[in-house]
Amino acid sequence: MDFGFVLLVEILYAVASLALISAGLAVVFGMMKVINLAHGEFMMLGGYAAITSANMGVNIFIAMLIIAPIVVGLIGLIVERLVIRHLYGRLVDTMLATWGLSLFFIGCATMIFGNTTTGISTPIPGFAVGDYQINGYNFFIIIVSVVLILAMLAVLKTTRLGLIARGTMQNPDMASALGYSPDRIYMATFFVGSALSGFAGAILAPLVGLVPTSGGAFIAKAFITVIAGGPALISGLLSSSALFGFVGQVFSFAASPVIGDVAMLIAAVILLRLLPKGVTGRFFKGKL
Amino acid sequence: MKLNRRKFLATTAAVAAAVAVPSISLAGDTIKLGSVLDTSGGFDAYGKPMNMALQLAVEKINADGGLLGKQVEVIGYDTQSDMALYTQYAQQLVRQDKVDVVHGGILSASREAIRQTMRKSKTLYFYNVLYEGGVCDRNIFINGVTPAQQVEALVPYAMGKSGKKVYILAADYNYGQITAEWIKKYVAENGGETVGLDFFPLDVSDFGSTIAKIQSVGPDLVIAPLVGAAHLSFFRQWAASGMKDKIALASTTMGVGNEHKVLSAAETDGIMVAYNYSQDIDSPANNAFKANWEAAFGDSNSIHEIAVSNYQGVLTWAEGVRAAGSLDRDAIIAALETGISIDGPGGKVTVDPKTHHAVLDVHLMEMENQGMRVVKTLSQRQPIDTQAVCDLAANPNDNTQYEIKF
Repeated sequence: MDFGFVLLVEILYAVASLALISAGLAVVFGMMKVINLAHGEFMMLGGYAAITSANMGVNIFIAMLIIAPIVVGLIGLIVERLVIRHLYGRLVDTMLATWGLSLFFIGCATMIFGNTTTGISTPIPGFAVGDYQINGYNFFIIIVSVVLILAMLAVLKTTRLGLIARGTMQNPDMASALGYSPDRIYMATFFVGSALSGFAGAILAPLVGLVPTSGGAFIAKAFITVIAGGPALISGLLSSSALFGFVGQVFSFAASPVIGDVAMLIAAVILLRLLPKGVTGRFFKGKL
Repeated sequence: MKLNRRKFLATTAAVAAAVAVPSISLAGDTIKLGSVLDTSGGFDAYGKPMNMALQLAVEKINADGGLLGKQVEVIGYDTQSDMALYTQYAQQLVRQDKVDVVHGGILSASREAIRQTMRKSKTLYFYNVLYEGGVCDRNIFINGVTPAQQVEALVPYAMGKSGKKVYILAADYNYGQITAEWIKKYVAENGGETVGLDFFPLDVSDFGSTIAKIQSVGPDLVIAPLVGAAHLSFFRQWAASGMKDKIALASTTMGVGNEHKVLSAAETDGIMVAYNYSQDIDSPANNAFKANWEAAFGDSNSIHEIAVSNYQGVLTWAEGVRAAGSLDRDAIIAALETGISIDGPGGKVTVDPKTHHAVLDVHLMEMENQGMRVVKTLSQRQPIDTQAVCDLAANPNDNTQYEIKF
């Protein structure tokens, strides 16, 4: 019984962390069609922003929830103005440019922070469930992800801003004809996407140590989740993270974390063979 | 000026001779010590302090009047954590720089990349790192701790403090696999039982499911030969789940690259380890070593296990040269094989003639306040794992890395 509860928490945690890792990419790649290979590095920068400000005496929650997304969002803004805005609609070119960016960020982080592991302790203590101890931070990640998804849904669905952004992504010429500047909207959307990546990196930083190359560990999972999710932003993100998180964690428990990752990748291959356009290419059509 | 072929050859030859002559005369004045270490890139946390220790050792030798009346000169290359560069620089050291000895290599892969080059060119080679054991080659001397030396001391101590049921979490490559075998062996010998064994590739950083699994098995002790930055998060997550006070934890790798200074005291306090060196050893040799380090580099915080191994390796070699009274490789090997000892920061280090490994002190330690408090010192432990498979006195031409069978 206790073990069942632990298993449930671990599965929810896996789903939540997948959704968290992929949210920023879902906006940048899913909505804007920019293949952002520097997504992992945005997360890494978020982690460093949180750890650095926490070490400077800022409250850890403020550092993670506010400072990190703002810092990385601003970095994203600069990147968008200097590089990305020249490349909208050129899928392969964005790939090359963002790959270069990722190398650039790794180099910068190495120069500033050194090629060593840094980290902070998790701010929430563990607690007992029957005979088991659970990492209290897992709950925090679950709650943060739920709030994040609800917030994204609310902004995209109920606010005028969300409507304009979605409209511009679908048809920039029409948005332009209606008096909105696609250039501005793309810029703002990229800002939000980068801020989400930085946010995810900061939230996960206390759980895993950070090195400048940490981003590489997230990028594959993020792309798999977003691509398997398909065209619908939120429901795609949710359905694919739920599927992969569940499969990965069940196999991790049954065998080992390695087998868990293998099972997750196999699930992705099978899924994309059956549903080449992702989960929401077939189900939840027309939903957000 | 019109340049014909004859004139061109004459001038270039003269220039070449002018350049070459002073370097030839210089070569006679110093003893050349080659060094290949990763002082940049992913392994620089290991390599940088190792290089600092090497500089210190050479300075000490030179301050004491050098060797055979000559000063020692270091010719060092940064291999940038790139295995391909090891082969390249090893060739350069033996062919172009014609060094008298080479110290270096960090990962086992880097050692195997250059060991044969050294052997073929008859250049004496020292590998000064804690490793998985089993290398049997008359041209190499190794003075890091091997798994049996550590595990033999660590397992009975850790089991004595906790209980008989042991769960092992190991890195999934030769070091972790071999070490896990040794742990299993010593757990059984001490009347215990290995209730679980999991291997993790070096990039696994999420240990949530593993921690739950360990709890469902319910061991008394977890031993973790985990390696690298990603695996460090195990110790973090273990503490974050509140497991640290419930199940005892020991490791054969934690702290080798000063990992315990990256984690917080609350996360590491009480972890049991066994090494040749701790900054907290209170001996005249270590205090002098730390004072020298501080004088040269500011603070002594960066000293770690394998930096000290490198330091002790250079001093052992110097002792061999002094005893041999020559730079001839075979004379130095013969002198080292008499069982030479030096008194290093980690204690006495003696060359084991049979295996060319080191007989050394192993200190049982507990992490405390981001330091390693020495609980007990086991003096002069033999490298029993390598001794079981390697006998260079009987087979001087042996040139293999044995996998130790159980």
